[in-house]
Amino acid sequence: MTSELDIFVGNTTLIDEDVYRLWLDGYSVNDAVALRVRSGILEQTGATAGVLQSDTMDHYRTFHMLERLLHAPPKLLHQLIFQIPPSRQALLIERYYTFDEAFVREVLGKKLSKGTKKDLDDISTKTGITLKSCRRQFDNFKRVFKVVEEMRGSLVDNIQQHFLLSDRLARDYAAIVFFANNRFETGKKKLQYLSFGDFAFCAELMIQNWTLGAVDSQMDDMDVDLDKEFLQDLKELKVLVADKDLLDLHKSLVCTVLRGKLSVFSEMETNFKNLSRGLVNVAAKLTHNKDVRDLFVDLVEKFVEPCRSDHWPLSDVRLFLTQYSVSVHSLDGFRHQVLWDRYMGTLRGCLLRLYHD
Amino acid sequence: MPGKLKVKIVAGRHLPVMDRASDLTDAFVEVKFGNTTFKTDVYLKSLNPQWNSEWFKFEVDDEDLQDEPLQITVLDHDTYSANDAIGKVYIDIDPLLYSEAATVISGWFPIYDTIHGIRGEINVVVKVDLFNDLNRFRQSSCGVKFFCTTSIPKCYRAVVIHGFVEELVVNEDPEYQWIDRIRTPRASNEARQRLISLMSGTGSGSAGKEGGPLKALLRQQTQSALEQREFPFLTLTAFPPGLLVHVGGVVSARSVKLLDRIHNPAFVGIMGNTRSYKLLDWNSFNSDEPETRDAWWAEIRQEIKSHAKALGCHAVVGYSESTSICEEVCILSASGTAAVLNPRFLQEGTVEGSLEQRIEENLPVGCGFCHIPYDELNMPFPAHLTYCYNCRKQKVPDVLFTTIDLPTDAVVVGKGCLIQARLCRLKKKAQAEANATAISNLLPFMEYEVHTQLMNKLKLKGMNALFGLRIQITVGENMLMGLASATGVYLAALPTPGGIQIAGKTPNDGSYEQHISHMQKKINDTIAKNKELYEINPPEVSEEIIGSPIPEPRQRSRLLRSQSESSDEVTELDLSHGKKDAFVLEIDDADAMEDVHSLLTDVPPPSGFYSCNTEIMPGINNWTSEIQMFTSVRVVRLSSLNLTNQALNKNFNGLCENLLKSLYFKLRSMTPCCLCHVNFTVSLPEDELIQVTVTAVAITFDKNQALQTTKAHAEKSLQRASADNEEMLQFPLELCSDSLPSHAFPAAKEHLESASSNSGTPAAQRATSVDYSSFADRCSSWIELIKLKAQTIRRGSIKTTVTVEKASPMGDGNFRNRSAPPCASSTVGVVKMTPLSFIPGAKITKYLGIINMFFIRETTSLREEGGVSGFLHAFIAEVFAMVRAHVAALGGNAVVSYIMKQCVFMENPSKNQAQCLINVSGDAVVFVRESDLEVMSAQQPAVNCQPSCTGEVTT
Repeated sequence: MTSELDIFVGNTTLIDEDVYRLWLDGYSVNDAVALRVRSGILEQTGATAGVLQSDTMDHYRTFHMLERLLHAPPKLLHQLIFQIPPSRQALLIERYYTFDEAFVREVLGKKLSKGTKKDLDDISTKTGITLKSCRRQFDNFKRVFKVVEEMRGSLVDNIQQHFLLSDRLARDYAAIVFFANNRFETGKKKLQYLSFGDFAFCAELMIQNWTLGAVDSQMDDMDVDLDKEFLQDLKELKVLVADKDLLDLHKSLVCTVLRGKLSVFSEMETNFKNLSRGLVNVAAKLTHNKDVRDLFVDLVEKFVEPCRSDHWPLSDVRLFLTQYSVSVHSLDGFRHQVLWDRYMGTLRGCLLRLYHD
Repeated sequence: MPGKLKVKIVAGRHLPVMDRASDLTDAFVEVKFGNTTFKTDVYLKSLNPQWNSEWFKFEVDDEDLQDEPLQITVLDHDTYSANDAIGKVYIDIDPLLYSEAATVISGWFPIYDTIHGIRGEINVVVKVDLFNDLNRFRQSSCGVKFFCTTSIPKCYRAVVIHGFVEELVVNEDPEYQWIDRIRTPRASNEARQRLISLMSGTGSGSAGKEGGPLKALLRQQTQSALEQREFPFLTLTAFPPGLLVHVGGVVSARSVKLLDRIHNPAFVGIMGNTRSYKLLDWNSFNSDEPETRDAWWAEIRQEIKSHAKALGCHAVVGYSESTSICEEVCILSASGTAAVLNPRFLQEGTVEGSLEQRIEENLPVGCGFCHIPYDELNMPFPAHLTYCYNCRKQKVPDVLFTTIDLPTDAVVVGKGCLIQARLCRLKKKAQAEANATAISNLLPFMEYEVHTQLMNKLKLKGMNALFGLRIQITVGENMLMGLASATGVYLAALPTPGGIQIAGKTPNDGSYEQHISHMQKKINDTIAKNKELYEINPPEVSEEIIGSPIPEPRQRSRLLRSQSESSDEVTELDLSHGKKDAFVLEIDDADAMEDVHSLLTDVPPPSGFYSCNTEIMPGINNWTSEIQMFTSVRVVRLSSLNLTNQALNKNFNGLCENLLKSLYFKLRSMTPCCLCHVNFTVSLPEDELIQVTVTAVAITFDKNQALQTTKAHAEKSLQRASADNEEMLQFPLELCSDSLPSHAFPAAKEHLESASSNSGTPAAQRATSVDYSSFADRCSSWIELIKLKAQTIRRGSIKTTVTVEKASPMGDGNFRNRSAPPCASSTVGVVKMTPLSFIPGAKITKYLGIINMFFIRETTSLREEGGVSGFLHAFIAEVFAMVRAHVAALGGNAVVSYIMKQCVFMENPSKNQAQCLINVSGDAVVFVRESDLEVMSAQQPAVNCQPSCTGEVTT
């Protein structure tokens, strides 16, 4: 006796959270059944393996039918076919768009194109995430990117409006879109210690301060592209390291204030010019797209690594960066205070976040 | 009563892309009613068109209004080639014809295509202006309400019960007008859908005419008959207090008939060798001679009548009819419960008696219906009687089988449970006459075994009565299947059932003896366990008090049935097991052994779950508001080689048990809960295929309050009943004619009489009907689409006006609030669906009309749609969605008495094709949560005192 057809349709669509997770994780029905058996559900409920198989199939079919709607979440709210309570709808959407840390670190900053899609096989092998799940996550990134990339208005708001995600998740997606659009390099070996959260934090600061949206809220792409004019202007900061007097004065101002307050004062004093040159040169190079991509590599190389090798405690880094930014206001010959603050304010935030083991 | 139908097409959304080049659609809409068609403008390049059309006005006759559905077709405009159809919406405008029901239909309807399923939605507004007819002598059934509910709906009160209304509609199946190769699936499917919809309209229209004066006509089937007056058939399963006096027992009749099949070339349709030819058989047969069919049913009803008479009863309640067809053989079955009804409720009783006298008529509380209606000395079959354990005054049988719901005032001990008997019998493949004979020969044995199984399982549960009994016999090419479902309970009025004894016939072998005693122990343990599980601990009654002998452990059957074959030979089947002691199971052969085993293999539901096939679960009365209605379908393929009866039984048993287990597992998050109205349907679509369809509703209940004693329950229900009465007194139902609007009931009755006699129809016409359940079954089931016998319908008999009271005027106010612009908000309103006639924790304030929908879905890309399971899963989900959308558009928020009458599934995987026909129906209602209701009545106490409005319907 074999089952040809076996279905269950409720007036209210039944959603089993555990099965949904297994489905999202890309397990086949058989694997999912095996995992459920292992979870001890048969003992708890007294069900048989056959019942579990049938139940899993049913849920998978439902999810498969829902997937089309999940691609455009507002459709899920308006559709009439599945009667699902609002809280459950929210859960379905949120879980569908949730991604794995391991996966996003592989893809972050890469072009969301077919080429990358081919690399998913490797990513799947490397991360242990099923290929199916990798595809889902990748397609989610790409879909969100396509929808919001040319939209005006706040990036986070746009994502929230079109994908009905929670604030937290919408912010993460904003970071992903921002990174993908600017193609920041995140995969280099020396960047491996950074988490997605670190990058997302930086992305948020950069969106707030360095994009067009920071100055004009009515532009297309305002939150996605960096403010080209601003990047162009950053060249002006070069004077801080090019002009030897200015550099010396800057150093002495910082050292005067920080003397006795830093545990690594002497290291700071020796390294000041290198660090300053590093930070200012990063700014000056941002006119070139390629250097923009390498922003994080440069920051780690030019600042994080030198400090780390001298064992600066985080509190010292904070003190130093604060003083380093503020002292510029006392440099009489320097005219780009506003520009400096826009640059350094964000950079300081980023560097503090990036500075850990 | 002609009227003006007005339709406005507002907008569309989520339309499919029809133009690949632009990824957009140029949509327009055709609105068709009768022979008139209007079109909207083409809305260019949009998937969310805003037509905002003018009001399209159709001037139509009320007969068309009742019969015809409004047909809305969405198309994609194409300049160079033919316009492509996107899909259709059929709207039944019947609910707009009753002034007290919906006033407007407005909302988003799924656009349905028989090939692609739902393709977007369309927002439509429909209104009807009815003109009062100048010609008062014209007959019209406008205003007769139909219900799916098999009880009197809560907001209504039955004034008079007329009897059984039946109408047979015959028509050609358009499927067969298409010749094999040139059949275009969409056109054919749509033709069929439309025809069936039209026929159901015609059917209800003509039934309405026959049932003229009755207002709250519940489900029914018609019988033209004179005898009806003395012998009403009611499809009601629940009754207003006082109506049901005594219950005799189940009466049933079956008949095997041979259909003359005319060979039809359409036989080999596009579905290849699948089963669409079921329809054909009927078509070729019936279109020629609907009268013959009518005669068949008349014959069966006559038989039922004589059985009921033998039980001393003058009525059959909980009555239903069904057919099972395979090739040219069909089994017609009818069953019901013989009963004695309070004559005051029937037509010949005085109408005014219906209210006040009912109360004084009150029988001994909670046991009256159990008392035997027949003469003790002249019993139709050997039965064992004792004095009622409740009142000690009247005689009761030791076991009671019925097809009705448990009366609300019945005193029950413990909880009830679902009891099923399942049986398969192989039969040789045969043709025509030989086949019919083979089936006829098998039937009595099946009946006997099904009955034995039921009885044994009932004993095993320690219970003594079955309610809601439904026995389904399905015929396939090489087997017969019997499935009986019922809800077992322990009635306090009936004696405690004895146990089950096992005996071997050859008691000489020691190990055999041991085996027997082992089995006996197992059975005794099971009984004890079940008693504990269902909380069956009746109070001990000493013998002297009862004054009657302890019942011997002898089993009786309340079942009286006969079975006839085409030759009309009637054989009485004595199911009382003769003189043999039925409690003793003799296991001297493999069959009996198997029976005992199957008894013990039925596993009880997991803790926290109860199940029953009646409306409510005896012993549970504290429902919470969470409900989940569902449909589950399974098709299994039997391994074809060397099938034996035993293997078949085992497979079938396993199938049903597994299905139940799956349901319990799926709904585990709802515990404690009860599966109510569990409705199994078995069909044999092909040689080795068995299809089982289950529809039921899971309702959660509060565990803490569940431990109330039954006594408290009984008291409570009594109080509730009296409260209901008071309420009804406050808002009396008026029955008056438009010519004599101020007259009270007697006048109205006179009027009825004069009207009917004037028009020259037999007075018996009055006795036509109450109730509309299986009626729809009959006239609209796929296989019985038959040419309207309407030519013969007596027209112009009765003309009356009736008013129906709402339970509370507040309901109306509330409804208006709710029906405020639908779909203004972005989220879709929740529509509850339930096969029950009520919604737990809520009050139904308004009946908006009957929903009766037919859908055909076909695919030629079965694999791509997820195989048969994916195809049917999506289709059923779509059907639910369309039912909900129609209810929401009527301003309702629930469907009660929902039933899936047909689910015919055909597949041809090798061709990658499948087809499915579904017919669903139910009553659209507005309900208000009881908690909300309390708040409202606290806020506006004055409303209750206002004279209630009289929603007058002129017919």
